[in-house]
Amino acid sequence: MAIRAEHEIHSRRKGRNYGVGLLLLGFIGIVFGLTVVKVLGLTDIRQLERFDHVARPQLEPGALEAAEQRAAELEATSNAEASE
Amino acid sequence: MTDVTNQTQTQEAQMGDYFALMKPRVMQLVVFTALVGLVVAPVGVNPFVGFVAILCIAVGAGASGALNMWWDADIDAIMKRTVNRPIPSGAVQPGEALAIGLTLSAFAVVLLFLATNALAAGLLAFTIFFYAVVYSMWLKRSTPQNIVIGGAAGAFPPMIGWAVATGSVSIESILMFGLIFMWTPPHFWALALFVKSDYGDAGVPMLTETHGRKVTRNHILAYCVPLVLVAFALGFTSIGGPFYLLVAVVLNVWFLTGCVAIWKRTDEDSEADKHAVERRTFIVSIYYLFGHFSALMVEALLRSYGLTSWAGW
Repeated sequence: MAIRAEHEIHSRRKGRNYGVGLLLLGFIGIVFGLTVVKVLGLTDIRQLERFDHVARPQLEPGALEAAEQRAAELEATSNAEASE
Repeated sequence: MTDVTNQTQTQEAQMGDYFALMKPRVMQLVVFTALVGLVVAPVGVNPFVGFVAILCIAVGAGASGALNMWWDADIDAIMKRTVNRPIPSGAVQPGEALAIGLTLSAFAVVLLFLATNALAAGLLAFTIFFYAVVYSMWLKRSTPQNIVIGGAAGAFPPMIGWAVATGSVSIESILMFGLIFMWTPPHFWALALFVKSDYGDAGVPMLTETHGRKVTRNHILAYCVPLVLVAFALGFTSIGGPFYLLVAVVLNVWFLTGCVAIWKRTDEDSEADKHAVERRTFIVSIYYLFGHFSALMVEALLRSYGLTSWAGW
């Protein structure tokens, strides 16, 4: 069955509804446009992963080396304690 | 009584009524000055991001306008100038205006943050808070200096535009803020001297009514002098230049002459020529602000083509 206006509110609010529709379309356009601009602006696509708010040490320059160094230090400390 | 109530209930708010809530005329100034702040900044911005940023600043300004109309609905219904606004006319319900104001505020701040940076979004949030809470709810009805402090809200847009591009606040953006901040009082007080307002009936203290017209004339000159200093100081920053200074000399002599003339006049002089000097100075004040910000834009254009280097600037 075809959808048809059954109430006077449909004609009374026609302009308002079209206005809201256009605003929503504009919002979609803005979000889409921003996404395109932001993604194309990335020098390294892996940077995109940082936007999921999850800590990724492997993405931080030097973080992996720092973590390995820290682990080595901890291991050395525990070995020294064990030998005592 | 019943008829009036029924009429109010059946009146349907259209998009134009909601748009009017956002004070479109104020938004024009906001958009223009924010655009200048963005364009004159030394860091380039992607055009689409720049467009979204200006849109967010405009929507934020409009949202604070809606919150202002929600809060001031009682006095808007008393004053002739504001009685046809959407809430007092019955087109929009106060609750709707509050909801629109809060929603658009959040929308503008969050989107500006996502599109640009936290500083720009923070400044926009503070501007909305300043206009809606500090000015509308607190100062407007409690002090005749309401225009002075409330003017800060209108002065933030170029600073936000600058922050969008650079992610920082600098002497240039502070001086652009200062230019609008110092300009607002003489601009509005010149208007208050020749427009018969009913602010008094609404319980809003205006300087002309609380301290008299002579004090208002003194205040206009007192704010005009530091305004001139700020305007010239801007010319010696990285966004100024010979063209800006040339325009500034003309506009400041023009406006200062008007402010001195207002200061010298008595109310009898003013009544005799139907406030001709006050009217003229008010018009000049509009050209003044538009002219300075346009000159900054032209300077940025000249710089981009390397045309200011010949002057050794």
